[in-house]
Amino acid sequence: MSEISPFLILIAAIFTNNILLANFLGMCSFLAVSKQVDTALGLGAAVIFVTTMTTAINYGVYHFVLVPLGLTILQYIVFIAVIAAFVQFVEMFVERFSLKLYHALGIFLPLITVNCAILGVSLFMIIRSYSFWQSVAFGFGGGVGWMLAIVLIAGLRQKMGYSNVPRPFRGVAIAMVITGVMAMAFMGFAGMVNIQ
Amino acid sequence: MEFLLPALVFGGILVGLAAALTVAERLLVNYGVCKLDINDGDREFDVDGGQSLLSALNESKVFIPSACGGRGSCGYCKATVLSGGGPLLPTEAPFLTRAEIRSGVRLACQVKVREDIRIKIPEDFLNVKQFAATVSEMKTLTHDMVEATFALDEPAVIEQRAGQYIQLTAPSPEGPVQRAYSISSPPSDTEHVQIVVRLVPGGIGSTYIHNLSEGDEVSFTGPYGDFRLNEDPDVEVVCVGGGSGMAPLKNVILTVLEHWPERKCSLFFGCRTTADVFEELAKKHPNFKIVYALSEPEEGSSWAGETGFIHLSLDRHLEGAEAARQAFLCGPPPMIEAVMNVLENKGVKDEDIFYDEF
Repeated sequence: MSEISPFLILIAAIFTNNILLANFLGMCSFLAVSKQVDTALGLGAAVIFVTTMTTAINYGVYHFVLVPLGLTILQYIVFIAVIAAFVQFVEMFVERFSLKLYHALGIFLPLITVNCAILGVSLFMIIRSYSFWQSVAFGFGGGVGWMLAIVLIAGLRQKMGYSNVPRPFRGVAIAMVITGVMAMAFMGFAGMVNIQ
Repeated sequence: MEFLLPALVFGGILVGLAAALTVAERLLVNYGVCKLDINDGDREFDVDGGQSLLSALNESKVFIPSACGGRGSCGYCKATVLSGGGPLLPTEAPFLTRAEIRSGVRLACQVKVREDIRIKIPEDFLNVKQFAATVSEMKTLTHDMVEATFALDEPAVIEQRAGQYIQLTAPSPEGPVQRAYSISSPPSDTEHVQIVVRLVPGGIGSTYIHNLSEGDEVSFTGPYGDFRLNEDPDVEVVCVGGGSGMAPLKNVILTVLEHWPERKCSLFFGCRTTADVFEELAKKHPNFKIVYALSEPEEGSSWAGETGFIHLSLDRHLEGAEAARQAFLCGPPPMIEAVMNVLENKGVKDEDIFYDEF
């Protein structure tokens, strides 16, 4: 088990090891829902909440069920099932207690089930053998990092509405080019903290 | 053992998650009983909250058109929600025009009943009933068209206007779906409903109907539709259609000739071969005129009539621009559009043209 402080892991997950810009996970919803800053913020908030919570739940399931039974090979499908069920639960909960938030997040919640960044965070937590608090910090940081990336690109794509993009690059193509440039920019943070 | 354990553990985890979700659903998705008010107090129902408006309506025996079984993919189940429907959802927007959105039109299958709700639907929908019926006759018309006749069981009579349609329930691997078919039997026959169906390769509804045989039980709701025949016998009735579009036109023609044997009425019909349904009628009623346009007359046949597009035949044969006319069209969208243009040039007003696209 590594001895890095949870706070450093949090910072690293946002900047040096950004789940989207360093690992390129969660690209589908990243490209699909990054046309407006408002919706990007909404989806980002939902991702932060779900990554943090599912990392904690998956930590428990992995260490208290799968490890004792020697069934760590099941981690992939179990994590997916936990994430899917949790998203369902959150959807019901939000619908009941905050209709306003539900209508803001409504369609994003189901999208999160298939967001591979969330499964990725849970799997990294196992690969890097984090402790519980390290895992929660990593989950929260991973979500914040993902939100940061999608909000940044949504801002850029909104601005891009005024620029003359060459025709073959319009739409997703230019978004991917920008993502690549942004990933290179984020490499400037490398060496600040190292969590691997 | 080595294979059983993983399966058991994974199964156990899934059962646990499902149980937790079920408990959460019981506790969270419970909105109590809500009031459903239709057309400003015309009908009032108490329905269970938490379900969609469409299922609440069906539960209250109010049937509005819907073809996809509430998945939000057909866009038929439109209703005006006056209060209590929440904001418009992104899943509905593609099916609604701006004017509809402004006046509060929603898709009933996407609106969830969470509080007392007031809606407005066309008066006609309140007369729609659910029918149980038995197939009494299956007649093959062409190689891919059948005429199915249903004898009504419960309720035993149907009140319909010429040109209306029913929604038949057909089974599919993903649960029952509804498909719309025009009624071809005239309103005077209140105990039967007859439809004409062309087999669509891979189609759920048409395959189901083509495989029905006498004695089978079917279920449908109806009648729907805003075709409205002008009751003034001096107004000429013009029917234009193609293919299986014959069903509603047959209904209109039978009704017209039954009530007003001398009324001027004409049928322009595009098809592959002539259907002989109307020849008898044409002999009996001197003012009933039929023009067939064959798309592909058989080689060497003695066909001397029209060929090609039906709107061109209509242009050639419909005389007099001033006559009072009412037109019923039924066919594919490009045909409807071409025929509308011709009718407009002949001076038929928009409100006197009823059409059914498919």
